[in-house]
Amino acid sequence: MKAFTDAWRNDAVAKVSGKAKYTDDYILPGMLHAVPLHAPVASARLISIDFSEALKLKGVAAVYTAKDIPGNIKFGQIIRDYPTLVNRRIRSTGDVLALVVAETREQALAALTFIKLELEELPAIFDPEAALLQDAPLINPGHGSNVCNYHCVRTGNIESGEKEADLIIEQEFNTSRIEHAYLEPESALCQLRPDGVMEVLGSMQHPFSTRRFVASTLGIKLSDVEVKTVPMGGGFGGKDDTAALVCARAALCAYLSGKPVKLTYSREMSIRESYKRHPYKMQYRMGLQNDGHIVSVKVRMVADSGAYCSVTPWVTWRSTVQCCGCYEVPNVHCDVYGVYTNNVFTGAFRGFGSPQVNFAIEQLIEMAAQKLGMDESDFRRINMVKQGSTTITGQILSTHTVSLKQAMDAVLTEIDYENKKHNCSFGDPAKDEWYGIGYAISYRGMSLGAEGTDFNSAIINIQPDGSVLLETGIHENGQGSESAMILIAAEELGIPKDLIRYRFPSTSNIPDGGTTVASRGTLLGGGATVNAAKIVRERIVEGVQAAMQLSGCSYDSGKVLNAEGQEVADYFSAIRMCYANQIYPYAFGVFQAPRVSWDEHSGHGNAYFTWVYGCQAVELKVNQKTGQITLLNIVAAHDLGRAINPAMLAGQFYGGMAMGAGYGLYEQVPLSEGTPKVSNYHNYRVLRSTDLPDLTAIFLENRDPNSPSGAKGIGEPTLEITAPAIANALYRATGKRFFDQPLAPQVQEYLRREKL
Amino acid sequence: MKIVVNGSVYELDSQHCDMKLSTWLREDLGLTGTKLGCDIGVCGSCTVLVDNKAVRSCKLKLKDVAEKQVITIEGLTPPDGTLHPVQQAFVDAGAIQCGFCTPGMVLSAFAFLLENPNPSRNEARNAIKGNICRCTGYQQIIDAILQAARIMRAENQSQTK
Repeated sequence: MKAFTDAWRNDAVAKVSGKAKYTDDYILPGMLHAVPLHAPVASARLISIDFSEALKLKGVAAVYTAKDIPGNIKFGQIIRDYPTLVNRRIRSTGDVLALVVAETREQALAALTFIKLELEELPAIFDPEAALLQDAPLINPGHGSNVCNYHCVRTGNIESGEKEADLIIEQEFNTSRIEHAYLEPESALCQLRPDGVMEVLGSMQHPFSTRRFVASTLGIKLSDVEVKTVPMGGGFGGKDDTAALVCARAALCAYLSGKPVKLTYSREMSIRESYKRHPYKMQYRMGLQNDGHIVSVKVRMVADSGAYCSVTPWVTWRSTVQCCGCYEVPNVHCDVYGVYTNNVFTGAFRGFGSPQVNFAIEQLIEMAAQKLGMDESDFRRINMVKQGSTTITGQILSTHTVSLKQAMDAVLTEIDYENKKHNCSFGDPAKDEWYGIGYAISYRGMSLGAEGTDFNSAIINIQPDGSVLLETGIHENGQGSESAMILIAAEELGIPKDLIRYRFPSTSNIPDGGTTVASRGTLLGGGATVNAAKIVRERIVEGVQAAMQLSGCSYDSGKVLNAEGQEVADYFSAIRMCYANQIYPYAFGVFQAPRVSWDEHSGHGNAYFTWVYGCQAVELKVNQKTGQITLLNIVAAHDLGRAINPAMLAGQFYGGMAMGAGYGLYEQVPLSEGTPKVSNYHNYRVLRSTDLPDLTAIFLENRDPNSPSGAKGIGEPTLEITAPAIANALYRATGKRFFDQPLAPQVQEYLRREKL
Repeated sequence: MKIVVNGSVYELDSQHCDMKLSTWLREDLGLTGTKLGCDIGVCGSCTVLVDNKAVRSCKLKLKDVAEKQVITIEGLTPPDGTLHPVQQAFVDAGAIQCGFCTPGMVLSAFAFLLENPNPSRNEARNAIKGNICRCTGYQQIIDAILQAARIMRAENQSQTK
């Protein structure tokens, strides 16, 4: 794809000139600073906290503990098991025991070491399989089990399916616990306003969830909390629970102290406490017929939820629905467990349960093809979902274009896969550098699906001079959602985008539209914007008809036409006529996602209202002596329905591919007694510019009839298949399959062993 | 001790010697375009220019920049409110997402282009390896650097004519 030279986003100038203010950039008069005290051990009874010495220090205003919380100590989006501050039981070293509030951040940090804790250490469990044993102590006794949640799919009959198989292959795969590593650590700035409202500025990607956390902690009404959106330095799913808790803690300090309080995390605090991507253990068993059909899949997955639930039931639900990848399988037996341990907890992360499954299934598919002596692409084409296919959960894919083959063909052609695959080294000892090429394909259910209620709203408020205030229930995480909404509104109203300002968003402006996750921003918020525009166009026509005593008028591209189709008013005069005739050119539009369904017992249902399809291919080389892996080329094609803002769309492609490549090759948060052994960017390896090759993005645009704007999501699909594409390329380079992430250390370990 | 920041001269007493440059810029001067991502000198978010070299302000003390010229992202923007060609290229190439790495990236790119006004794509890629971006995969940032280089070369040529 050619470089863009005319890209646009509404916040670009503010961001590039350093004027954009992120949470920590704000200062309020009389503001105090809070810092958290984290638990020193992963499992203990908290007997007492003595902070009397800390209070004597210069500048220290207060130390707050769970006893000071006026509302609920625990909160959570699904299960309310997360303590804003620990009251009695420590379950993770990410737990916060106390908040020190001081005049400066340095004073607050210095006071931490003066707090004395009395603890009784209790047995801890760090291995999810151990947590599943019958006699394992319960991490959250109130839950009654260490199984946080369980999902299944039962399709066909697994026993008869396996009997029909000519061949059965089995393999276990393990994926990494990884850190979002958003560049801006968590931050919150809260103040109790004179009108009694707790105002929250925060680096978080879900203002409405944050509002619930804050209101619950303070024991006040939702209407008494106003969460405002300021620029956020990256989220990737990671600024939901932890970020909301940071806001709730800052709000608590502001509430109790009566002064504005800022709570900004250091990178070290962020990595210690924030939730990670779930590491999965996946045990697959696939039945195959000699004619190239998959006849059965049996799979057991165990996802480490860590000490708290967070959104584990939703993450693992997506893994359940997509457990067979994008293939038709008549007999499926799938069991998925989210399991409590005393590890740092896990939660939402761009991809949300699909990257793990795709890492396994897209390798397993190639292993199966190889066992059958078939070409891996032919094997995929036989089994992949097509127009009208039935998914493993019984959903018929007929309401949108099933473009999986189109995506695969586009990528394989672009990268010249069929020719290049003959150059692969397969560990040829005669060569110092091994070459490999590989790819992976996927489908992905769009938006929340049956995991949650799925609707959103938009407000279009046209001012007397024709300028427009627009807002939606979607949050700007950095992805460019505000710009996409502006472009959709401009198109729907037929006016220049410069006339439209995205209103400074606040939870007090617009109804709760759910969280900006699941690649649902453009789909849901864009849908609401289209629907709001439709209503406001009707208002404008009404205004003109009232002013000119006409009927049968219509709105077309910024003009009002009479019944004969002749222009009777341009946009600006039409708006003036509206105000002159007491008709507000104002609209509240709603988009409700089409109905979905799910039966928890059978694992059947129309899980998502629409799906997207994609393919990515990778070329790489491996230095046989050093084990160094060099990415040479990555090509991606994804069906996104319709491109709204191409330059930002490309950014979602490139960013997803880069993050997916890091996930596959290097990223990992190893734990010691439940605590991350990494603490900052020096020991947590995210990809740098020199780790990446030039990336190629191919947009497939099959307008989706389920989406009012025609667009679908792109944020997550771009990340979810890079790692298996790399794994498949590494196989063709080295001749060895690697089943566990991260892949680079596995390759090096293999080469080291081979040399011995 | 005298430090020049974005053209303004600051006289500081010796008490300030050991203060971090990043803290001083953000908290005392209110130049919050300088971001803190790691605070240990590895992510590049706090990059500023000291005598036109890109450096990490979280790793420097004020005494390290005594008698020197510091330029932050706010100082790169011309007084007329337009954008510097490097900034404009970041906008035009779609190189900005969350924007948290952007000020540091822009300043690293600016310093690099002073040294190498006609870089190859690989040289541009190499120039920003000290700056982490988690959003963009770096592709459009590299596009932006090359676009900025073209525009700045053209401007220089027209000035010399």
